[in-house]
Amino acid sequence: MEIALERPGSLTCPLALTINGNPYTLDVYPWTTLLDLLRSNLELTGTKKGCDHGQCGACTVMIDGQRMNACLKLAITLDGTAVTTVEGLGTPDDLHPMQKAFVEHDAFQCGYCTPGQICSAVALLQEGHARSREDIRELMSGNLCRCGAYSNITDAIEEVLAKQATDPSHREAAE
Amino acid sequence: MKPFSYSRAETVADAVAALVANPHAQVLAGGTNLVDLMKYEVIHPEAIIDINPLPMKTIEELPDGGLRIGALASNSAVAYDARVQAQFPLLASAILAGASPQLRNAASTGGNLLQKTRCCYFYDPSTPCNKRAPGSGCAAIGGLTRMHAILGASEKCIAVHPSDMCVALVALDATVEVEGPDGARDIAVCDFHRLPGDAPERDNTLARGELITGVRLERNHFAQHHSYLKVRDRLSYAFGVVSVAATIEIAGTQIADMRVALGGVAHKPWRDQLAEADFAGAPAEEATFQRVADRLLVKAKGQGDNDFKIPLVRKAIVRALRQAASGTPQSQTNKKIQ
Repeated sequence: MEIALERPGSLTCPLALTINGNPYTLDVYPWTTLLDLLRSNLELTGTKKGCDHGQCGACTVMIDGQRMNACLKLAITLDGTAVTTVEGLGTPDDLHPMQKAFVEHDAFQCGYCTPGQICSAVALLQEGHARSREDIRELMSGNLCRCGAYSNITDAIEEVLAKQATDPSHREAAE
Repeated sequence: MKPFSYSRAETVADAVAALVANPHAQVLAGGTNLVDLMKYEVIHPEAIIDINPLPMKTIEELPDGGLRIGALASNSAVAYDARVQAQFPLLASAILAGASPQLRNAASTGGNLLQKTRCCYFYDPSTPCNKRAPGSGCAAIGGLTRMHAILGASEKCIAVHPSDMCVALVALDATVEVEGPDGARDIAVCDFHRLPGDAPERDNTLARGELITGVRLERNHFAQHHSYLKVRDRLSYAFGVVSVAATIEIAGTQIADMRVALGGVAHKPWRDQLAEADFAGAPAEEATFQRVADRLLVKAKGQGDNDFKIPLVRKAIVRALRQAASGTPQSQTNKKIQ
């Protein structure tokens, strides 16, 4: 049967999901997007709000391993899912290989698009469809960088892709 | 975004009943179009019926060799499915020509069929729009028309359908499976979307309460000769200015069967089966393709800013047919047009 989730006298609905490995039991308004939930309710501000309309990719996160625009996902639809944000990839003392490659290649200028670029790039390598620089360029097209760091971003991803191809242990580390 | 009530459908019957009960309810699947439109307050449903719990994600083989794609299969799942790539590479190619990986991961097959136009006046609630507010007028006519229709437009609406996937489905003669208060029925995808006429607020022929449950593709002989050619303002992640889905079955040097569907030119993916049939037996060569393009565009009419679309799509038709005939489909990674 159809399940109405609002409770009498309340506009919020119950939501249980995992974010960066931690379980959360929440009450959310149905119109709260995942992006606003992360940034405003949970203070996980690594995920950025750029356009808020699915056009820039700054809010890219992984939902059950798949990269998506957090601005276009209503949080209430994500009950039971596992969300990974940039905060779940590495720490300042223990960077994810993709974060390390972005630093080494100077793959950002202002940095605002960077969390989305990195989440997108990590998912891109997990998807396994990128074989060449050309593929990386096409499959990163959902992430805009207004500073124009594209060539260095592509260099960083290409390096991690090449390391994965030659060293399976690196692949596990990257995932 | 305006507040709404939220419920989850556990069965297709639940979703249908909820749609019938409230004419101001909307079904939510991937959300990539609907949530965006709700943010702009172009659409403000009273109730959202979340159909994501429904078991409609599967892609399965049919006894006749075709495929059935569940309405909730994501655009990525369809585009990268080995069976889709082997049997219906035109569909995989068209999907990969559209949107971004993030959007394709979220967007569903049913939702793609129900995509709303990207007409800038439809998106701007401060302007008249017969599609958004029936009877209010059309700000596009006489306005900025660069992205608008050159075929099948009416005095009420000159918007175009934005999908890439649907252009391929139309070329492949897919069937849309729907369920509603009166049971299940099939709609040929060519009859699914409609021209604006006097009722541009109706994008498609779904009856009230009907839900898309899947899409069927019949086995065909086009896997070797196809191309999806999309022309846009930047090479990736942009809606098409015009696009062409072309397939040819070649017998010797002649066209045995040919299909051409056009995107970005009309309120629906444009196809003319009568015109196609006239070219059966014609040599599969450049001169024929030019005659095909001329024939398909006989009634094309620009709106001013978009007059350029007529010669653009004419050349795109010829080129896509040439690519299809030579077995060298347009790459969706290397966008250099061969």
